[in-house]
Amino acid sequence: MTAPMPVIIGVTLAVLLGLATFLTWFERRLLGLWQDRYGPNRVGPGGILQAVADGIKILFKQDWIPPFADRGVFVLAPAIGMMTVLLSFGVVPVTAFWSIAGNLNVGLLFVLAMMGMGVYGVVLAGWASNSKYALLGGMRAAAQMISYEVFMGLSVLGVVMQTGSFTMRDIVLAQSGLWFIVPQVLGCVVFTLAGVAETHRLPFDLPEGENELGAGFHTEYSGMKFGMFFLAEYAGVVLISALLVTLYLGGWQGPLLPPALWFGLKTGALVCLFILLRAALPRPRYDQLMALGWKILLPLSLLNIAATGAILLLHAPG
Amino acid sequence: MFGILRTLWLTFLHMGHRRVTVGYPEHKPPLPPRYRGRIILSRDPDGMERCVACNLCAVACPVDCISLQKAEQDGRWYPDYFRINFSRCIFCGMCEEACPTYAIQLIPDFEMSEYLRPNLVYEKEDLLISGTGKYPDYSFFRVAGVKIPGKDKGEAEREAPPVDIHTLLP
Repeated sequence: MTAPMPVIIGVTLAVLLGLATFLTWFERRLLGLWQDRYGPNRVGPGGILQAVADGIKILFKQDWIPPFADRGVFVLAPAIGMMTVLLSFGVVPVTAFWSIAGNLNVGLLFVLAMMGMGVYGVVLAGWASNSKYALLGGMRAAAQMISYEVFMGLSVLGVVMQTGSFTMRDIVLAQSGLWFIVPQVLGCVVFTLAGVAETHRLPFDLPEGENELGAGFHTEYSGMKFGMFFLAEYAGVVLISALLVTLYLGGWQGPLLPPALWFGLKTGALVCLFILLRAALPRPRYDQLMALGWKILLPLSLLNIAATGAILLLHAPG
Repeated sequence: MFGILRTLWLTFLHMGHRRVTVGYPEHKPPLPPRYRGRIILSRDPDGMERCVACNLCAVACPVDCISLQKAEQDGRWYPDYFRINFSRCIFCGMCEEACPTYAIQLIPDFEMSEYLRPNLVYEKEDLLISGTGKYPDYSFFRVAGVKIPGKDKGEAEREAPPVDIHTLLP
């Protein structure tokens, strides 16, 4: 039943990279749909080959490293961003039999650790670029991602408390009766918001902030290094969606349809929700972002932990 | 909070709305009749050139893209050559407003791209059309007091016959 590990790793990698590429087109089409326009619809059927065209273009662009940049770190930064996202997928169980390390006993912690590492990709990019806008973007990214990581970790604690395990697979199996989105709705909302901030997607894309920072931390990047950041962002969107599905929406479980399809459907719907957020919401000011994080979401997640703990204690056997 | 959710919902509903974009090469956008596009030179109802080479369009043109030279035949003025450099033209319509004979007109056509810049210089034969354009009945020489073959002084529409100055002598 279980496929050999190299096959799983290869397929996961191929699907992820393909999906990230596909999303660059899909997002633009969906944004177009919600903004009463078309988006890229010329290349291939419905414009789907636009992603390929963009890929070819970006590969043939001059891959320029500014002379004032810190070369080594400059090259390393996009790789870190991509790598941490891809590694996080290792612990996401697609189905009961299809995951690279879904049984890892510190699965959730591993994801949080990888997200912590992911900050380095952005911060180092801003730092190594050695220019003002990039540095400002990198600093913003650091502050934003670190502060949102605090209660991203806290918000999933409710799930961990209910499951009694950090293993992703156990978390999914614990939801066979009731999805955690019902008892953990607060945690789910906080995790979603933190996830948006974590992938620095609109409306929380202040590290990029086109209208004030040029392009933020990747101002100085061009060619496929920029493409790496881009793909890492989309892979991050898929990752957060997959995590939401795993932690709160019952993972692969669902009636009638095969488990893998359920997982794909739920993840796809959440990706669409991410894009809807981008289509509808304006970017907050930086102080508003920080205030929302520290003054609202952090207390909420603490409250969630306290309430979950109290209820679990009351219902504890014996 | 409610506002944000409402925004999300309303944006989501836009899925069912008609798209505003007109897919241009396949679907031509509806242009109003007075759209300021390609410049043409029209003819009067008799099929003669309306342009009387008065140079007002060239003077009115803010980018100096019009160049012409007057010629004359049987009392009618007409442009010997009439040249518009469309690589300069800004389609402001000043020439049309300046024209005293409705000769120069801007029409709802903008598809005039060229691969070579010199091809954007339109000569008179490129500009002249066979019709009357926006003013089907107007003919300058029918209302003007200019003597041309077949129409003497005083024979124009709403024109009184010229006063015989000899009868005015005291």
